[in-house]
Amino acid sequence: MNNTPSLSYKAAFFLIIKRDLTIAFRHSDDIFNPLLFFVIVVTLFPLAIGAESTTLSRIAPGIIWVAALLSTLLSLDRLFKSDHSDGSLEQMLLSPYPVFILVLGKIIAHWLLTGLPLILVAPLLAVLLHLNENSYGALMLTLFLGTPVLSLLGAIGVALTVGIKKGGVLLSLLVLPLYIPVLIFATSTIDTAAMNLPYSGQLAIIAALLFGSLTLAPFAVSAALKVSTN
Amino acid sequence: MWKWLHPYANPEVTYHFTGKLMPWFSVLAAIFLSIGVVWALLFAPADYQQGESFRIFYIHVPAAMFSMSIYFAMAVAAFCSLVWQLKLSDAAASAMAPVGATFTAIALITGAAWGKPMWGTWWIWDARLTSELILLFLYLGVMALHNAFEDKNVAGKAAGILTLVGSINLPIIKYSVEWWNTLHQGATVSKLGKPSMTADMFWPFLISFLGFAFLISIIICIRFRTELLSRNSMRPWVKELLLSPKKSEPTTLLGDK
Repeated sequence: MNNTPSLSYKAAFFLIIKRDLTIAFRHSDDIFNPLLFFVIVVTLFPLAIGAESTTLSRIAPGIIWVAALLSTLLSLDRLFKSDHSDGSLEQMLLSPYPVFILVLGKIIAHWLLTGLPLILVAPLLAVLLHLNENSYGALMLTLFLGTPVLSLLGAIGVALTVGIKKGGVLLSLLVLPLYIPVLIFATSTIDTAAMNLPYSGQLAIIAALLFGSLTLAPFAVSAALKVSTN
Repeated sequence: MWKWLHPYANPEVTYHFTGKLMPWFSVLAAIFLSIGVVWALLFAPADYQQGESFRIFYIHVPAAMFSMSIYFAMAVAAFCSLVWQLKLSDAAASAMAPVGATFTAIALITGAAWGKPMWGTWWIWDARLTSELILLFLYLGVMALHNAFEDKNVAGKAAGILTLVGSINLPIIKYSVEWWNTLHQGATVSKLGKPSMTADMFWPFLISFLGFAFLISIIICIRFRTELLSRNSMRPWVKELLLSPKKSEPTTLLGDK
């Protein structure tokens, strides 16, 4: 066995991203279904609560963020499940590259496929929900900083449950408590922005969550993957 | 330096060691809890502001403190089992999770019962309460993950990783009353230096706190020993233990607790 890597770490990282994106584009349902779910969940609220614009604009940040959380949760399965079932995940763990780098590549690809489309659709839904005009910038910034955190933390949960047959409900039990801080700070940022107050403090905390999880989560994910594939 | 620790990596030695500890724990727990709770509930002076209902403090605060301490202990055990592959610390972590979850639930319920007369509401979405609720969810998640695997070793490792990830919540709970402007009052007893309560309120607290500590030690010991037996059920020493009942159970003292 040749144990010296033939690619640089950087090349391997981008190769993983490219691979995951290619696979996803060939099964484009995987991209659109969570997005569609996001849109449908958001439209349920005005129907259930009533279309009063004052009420809607008050709860819009919460609705958008909860829907984002749930649709990320639904899409998480894709991150490792198919690779685990066809054995390519084990090959990745056996490869001479640090698992950290490969995992980070997979998570970034996941965010590009779920987080980014969500950010692009969010302003449209915000219009439907009569979000306060001052809040649009804050909504976009929180989604931009917050959705990668959702992918990173979710990856830990998926890595832990990937070996379990009925891991779906368990995954949400594990991951949703970890999502709560992001939800709290994101909605409080948007609410503060609606009152025309400075919101850089809450935003800084979300950014801190992002960088903390960006550096630490891949280690937890690779440890978890090693546990669940042995 | 660590040589004295080595024998305890053997499940049999640890099983008998904890068996010897348990009678002491149960006697101490019975003494401290009966003195502490009676003193706290009947003889300690009532609070000048909160009146008699402050007495739930003597249950609520130890439960809340131990809900966090048990999680911390669980995280340390999980770390040891992940880094040094210690099977016993894995068993300890899985023995602690349900106990911790129970004490978190006790803290939340007594807190709600205290909140009703004081704040006029059972529940409020305050930083301390919310983060304690997240702690309960984390405990339940760890337990669910533990039950989801057939293989106990894999289950322990997976639950250990989740425990370590969740330990980020501990400083958040601890400092939530300082970082956010909350309705929940700040630290009373755990302040360094002088606690902000008088001695005749503080002593019953300390005694009942110790009583709870020993009570938790007993419960964890029982669960830990059961865990050891079930994990080593194929080993000769377990079979021998079952066949010779006279030296096996020094736990009879538990009966009078």
